[in-house]
Amino acid sequence: MTEVVLRLVDVVKTFPGVRALDGVQLEVAAGEVHCLLGQNGAGKSTLIKVLAGVHHADGGEISWLGEPFAPATPQAAMRAGIATIYQELDLVDELSVAENAFLGHERSRLGFSRRRAAAVQTRAILARLGHAEISPTEKVRRLPAAGKQIVSMARALSHDAKLIVMDEPSAVLAHDEVANLFRIIRELTAQGIAVIYISHRLAEIREIGDRVTVLKDGRTTASHLSARDTPTRELVGKMTGRTIEYIFPPRATNRESRVLLAVDGLTRHGEFADVTLTVAPGEIVGIAGLVGSGRSELLETIFGARRADAGTVTLDGHRITSVGAAVRRGMGMAPEERKSQALLLDEPVYKNMTLASFAGFARAGFTAARDERAAALTTADRLDLRPRDVERPARTLSGGNQQKVVVGRWLLGKGGDRQKVVVGRWLGRGGDRPEGAADRPLPGKGGDQKKGGTRLLLLDEPTRGVDVGARAELYRVIRDLAANGVGVLLVSSEVPEVLGLADRVLVMREGRIVHEAPADDLDEDTVLDLVMAGSLLEGEPT
Amino acid sequence: MIAQTAPPDVRPSPKSKRRLDDNTARNLGLVGVLVVLVVIGIVTKPELYSDPTWVRNNVLTILQQASAIGVVTVGMTFVIIGGGIDLSVGAIIALAGVWATTLATQSHGAAGMIFTALVVGIAVGLINGVLISYGRLVPFIATLAMLVSARGLAAQISGKQTQVSANDTINSIATTKLLGVPLLVWILALVVAAGWVLLNRTTFGRRTVAVGGNPEAARLAGINVKWHTVLLYALSGLCCGLAAIMLTSQATSAQAAMANLYELDAIAAAIIGGTLLSGGRGTIVGALFGVLVFSTITNLFAINNLSTEVQNMVKGGIIVAAVLIQQFRYRSLTQLLKR
Repeated sequence: MTEVVLRLVDVVKTFPGVRALDGVQLEVAAGEVHCLLGQNGAGKSTLIKVLAGVHHADGGEISWLGEPFAPATPQAAMRAGIATIYQELDLVDELSVAENAFLGHERSRLGFSRRRAAAVQTRAILARLGHAEISPTEKVRRLPAAGKQIVSMARALSHDAKLIVMDEPSAVLAHDEVANLFRIIRELTAQGIAVIYISHRLAEIREIGDRVTVLKDGRTTASHLSARDTPTRELVGKMTGRTIEYIFPPRATNRESRVLLAVDGLTRHGEFADVTLTVAPGEIVGIAGLVGSGRSELLETIFGARRADAGTVTLDGHRITSVGAAVRRGMGMAPEERKSQALLLDEPVYKNMTLASFAGFARAGFTAARDERAAALTTADRLDLRPRDVERPARTLSGGNQQKVVVGRWLLGKGGDRQKVVVGRWLGRGGDRPEGAADRPLPGKGGDQKKGGTRLLLLDEPTRGVDVGARAELYRVIRDLAANGVGVLLVSSEVPEVLGLADRVLVMREGRIVHEAPADDLDEDTVLDLVMAGSLLEGEPT
Repeated sequence: MIAQTAPPDVRPSPKSKRRLDDNTARNLGLVGVLVVLVVIGIVTKPELYSDPTWVRNNVLTILQQASAIGVVTVGMTFVIIGGGIDLSVGAIIALAGVWATTLATQSHGAAGMIFTALVVGIAVGLINGVLISYGRLVPFIATLAMLVSARGLAAQISGKQTQVSANDTINSIATTKLLGVPLLVWILALVVAAGWVLLNRTTFGRRTVAVGGNPEAARLAGINVKWHTVLLYALSGLCCGLAAIMLTSQATSAQAAMANLYELDAIAAAIIGGTLLSGGRGTIVGALFGVLVFSTITNLFAINNLSTEVQNMVKGGIIVAAVLIQQFRYRSLTQLLKR
């Protein structure tokens, strides 16, 4: 290609507990469509946020138009000519098209907005995008998804962007709308504008892309690949070939054949349709699917947290229609968003662990904090929570340990006898018990908890934001639960995780179960192919 | 089985200790403010403070003035911790007070009057709660509407007249003393103690914190968030009914304009007492100190014969200062935890 406009060398970005970017190399030339490929969690989102000035790189070099580049704010990145179109469009619904296009750099004189000037310029930009039919004065709320995408692009052009980053722009578009998007992209690149294009759909990348850079676990594993001619197997290999082999404990064999959870024809319009599945006691069923394939919505509906439009959920023959019923019948869920959906971040660990069961510990409405602490500590030991301290606020824990707290919530009071043994071991250690640990031997309460009998656990992305070491522990915990007869329904966008952990795998795409097979009969490429809309193996150059 | 790994590293946790100190520190700060206010009193009116009998009586006066608003603030604290706000408390007091002192109600005696006030309070609170939980009204709007309409109903019932209480038992509540302490102060102490136990030692309190701190997490843990929210407003209404009796007894009458702006005083007291307006955090003891700070200021201005206008300006300043200090504390705390 011609002139290189953007160059990243060894870019590093760490978050507490995670090395999101761990040596990214990227080179984008003027007028090219540069595709970024990688599985969920590979670091694509972090990377574009670094370019957009949302995050700041901790290491490495970024040069933009030949100059070192470190945008302090999103505005700085915009002014420098890098515009980002996020997957979740950042438009203000109640403002007009023109107001959205010039949001943050309004056309004004003496503090009065120059609406006409903005409208004229917006109209010009929309014409350039081939969408002169969109009125600059229309409220964005009234536009369809494709129209909103055009407005986002208009905003990028209003900044006179020389590089436009598009994060899965096709995810919300219908087929012919994608064709129009591609036409626009071609026109932009013909004008010398560079585009970074992120998509999970390989077919699209082959059609629109010039070159491909592949990210995996925060590193660049391949760059300068031709988007059109690189064999699919090679691309997928670069995405999946692991540097760290996850260690999965052996599968349990003593499974019962009866049905614990039965989901029949479950449907929520616009989210998922006609989902039928079963989980047996002690079985781990994995659902593989991309973000937005309806997985999380499915789990929440099974749990009774969303109302189904059609279909039934039964646990041991009992219909589940509300969260209350689900919890009473022994269902537990670890939702996708730990912080916003599962944790009271400022409350101590033990209260987070007993959030679903504190009423069961209470006597006549009075909470039994001492018993709760003891039970939480027992569960903390069972899950190897670190630090072993149930008094500290949940906020201070690492992602993996927060996840253990959420999982532990549903394990409290299970298998009381064994817990006593474990606790006894700890109590025997005397001196090194942290402050706030149980002050007396475990009261014989944990074993006979009415609420503790979780029989089915729904896990939504259980290892998101969890570092590699803690993952292995979580896998062990999940397997151990299954070995003890707990049924597990697991959702993950990481294919190896589903394959390694589950006994049986369901592939979900666009709200439907498209494939079901024992995990042993599947490999990563096959599942990834199914997950990515079957586009992988069609017309593949080999 | 799972725990058969290497022993976890058992590090001491200075942060949990720190956090325990957090509420105590804030309460100590409020005690400090009280001390400063008393010192100002001593400096400005040394001749009064040299008389121990006067000091004792003055303390009891402050506590007595704090009693009704204190009871309301306890209910308000629960509502705010639970993620809501109740702007209608003053109006509920007026409605409960007026309803309890109609001639018809008074004919049923003291028990009938007390019963009426409490039931009216709970009922209005339930309406608030149902509108907010099941009608999905924003708490601010629902209780603002109730503020207007409950006072309207109170004016309607009373015919805009002051209704005199002819019931000696009710009227004697304000004048009775137990062990030298007014009965009203005992009631406040009882309500504060009950509120503390309810918040810190019962499942109701635990749910309140969960519902206000993270409603989605509470819901996914099987807590009935909507019903609990209804109960919180009913609790606030109950406190208002009790306060209505206390105020009626003090004035030996009730009228539609009584307990004016109590909502602002109660919210302010809860906030400077450390209750997070966004919910999920707050203490009863802090709220009590908040009330005491305000009633001490009122007292200070009264003994110095200063106008209520100046008093209100100072109150406003104290609210702003308290919240600023809290934000600063909270920010520095979270920054500390991020490291």
